[in-house]
Amino acid sequence: MSEAIEVRVNGKPVMVRAGTTVAVAVLASGASCRTSVSGQPRSPLCGMGTCFECRVVINREPQRRSCQVLCESGMEIEADG
Amino acid sequence: MASVKHLTFDVAVVGAGPAGIAAALAAANSGKAIGLIDDNPAAGGQIWRGAQNAPGHSAASSWFERLSKSAVQIVRGAQVFHVADGQLAAESDDSAFQITYGKLILATGARELFLPFPGWTLPNVMGAGGLQALVKSGLDISGKRIVIAGTGPLLLAVAAYARKCGANVIGICEQTTRPRMARFGLQMMLVPGKAAEAFRFAYDLRGIPHWTDCWPVAAFGSRRLESLRISRQGHISEIECDYLACGFHLIPNVELARMCGCRLQQGFVEVNEYQQTSVPGTYCAGEPTGIGGLELALLEGEIAGYAATNWEDRAKHLFSRRARYQKVVRILKDAFPLRAELKNLAQPDTLICRCEDVPQVRLREHSSWRAAKLHARCGMGPCQGRVCAPAAEFLFGWEIDSVRPPVFPVHCSSLAAIPSHSAARH
Repeated sequence: MSEAIEVRVNGKPVMVRAGTTVAVAVLASGASCRTSVSGQPRSPLCGMGTCFECRVVINREPQRRSCQVLCESGMEIEADG
Repeated sequence: MASVKHLTFDVAVVGAGPAGIAAALAAANSGKAIGLIDDNPAAGGQIWRGAQNAPGHSAASSWFERLSKSAVQIVRGAQVFHVADGQLAAESDDSAFQITYGKLILATGARELFLPFPGWTLPNVMGAGGLQALVKSGLDISGKRIVIAGTGPLLLAVAAYARKCGANVIGICEQTTRPRMARFGLQMMLVPGKAAEAFRFAYDLRGIPHWTDCWPVAAFGSRRLESLRISRQGHISEIECDYLACGFHLIPNVELARMCGCRLQQGFVEVNEYQQTSVPGTYCAGEPTGIGGLELALLEGEIAGYAATNWEDRAKHLFSRRARYQKVVRILKDAFPLRAELKNLAQPDTLICRCEDVPQVRLREHSSWRAAKLHARCGMGPCQGRVCAPAAEFLFGWEIDSVRPPVFPVHCSSLAAIPSHSAARH
């Protein structure tokens, strides 16, 4: 069993197993990833880094593709939804 | 962003899926410096995503073990965004790389074809491979109601995987016809290893409805997917579900090959028997040369790796095995042609470009992809048309042939990794 780590999505603590991507942590928190240019909630489509629907702010850095980033303990994730 | 790191390899392999791993290992036999560059957090590509942590994945584990024992230098989490004049430029979390190579092997894999229909932008409507990738990345789907839709054998693999992970797979909507599906099954029986695979799927999928002539018509939900309307042999019905995993087979990632100047044929990279492209010293292996699956990708990778290190005899030795799997490419192509009805799913207000939120009505007035980009901003967002261009190609018959550097959005500071003489040309 891999260890559990805690990240925060919009300030809310989310526990995930090590090796989990940020996209999955965002989905687990109940949030969507981003708001589209016309105001729609969006979440991952491709899961492999090509669609850019899963963009979130990670540790203050915007426009990160959350499906390609692994969760690290204490990570601050800002999702739009 | 830190300053640019310089790396030099005799052979640089882009993409650490099965084809890239096989290519790098074959090339490493020569004792030369081999680099394997990949944008994912770990090697394995899509089919072996997460397999390094999942015990019991025997085929993958033996390759990973060989890779870890080899002298191949792996550059993980690095997105290649430029190639010119024997140099790649890549970007990772905290660095930019300028990678000089003698030979180049492109093993850039494939992505899914997504077709727009009303509601396809709702959260929890995902690709078929997309859902699988997220589950492999930690998403818990136990007890979730999932509909799997689109076309091709990936749907069966995803359904079997989702069930194994505890999901309630409500049904598989396959757009192709029952006779085509049956013929596909018979033909695949003649490919080594596929009969056993088919029986395993049949067992794993027992009790899950497999509807042919069936596709999603619309997805509904307020902030996420709640229900789905499908057309099944001409009849419309509605299903409540938590996830829709929907992909219309695979399309090759050929952006870097295009940028290298490699000749393409019907959208795929043209290669000779040694997997060499029309550009001398540049090779291509796996799905970009034709969608043929795991076994073919591994063999093509090995052949490319040997050929790129002047070991033609070893490469030749694999030709006959490769030929046995090459027929899969044709079988897949013939079994799952997309039917014309799918072109009518997108309504005037259905978004085609998800980055710039461009609806179908703003595209149909244009006569080319270029005009649609210029006037409607379709394909001008961060995915650079990776999702909407193939959809537009299918919907409107447009030819999509342009590629512009950088082939992925990068930090301005990473542009310094582009060699100055080639940057000046763009």
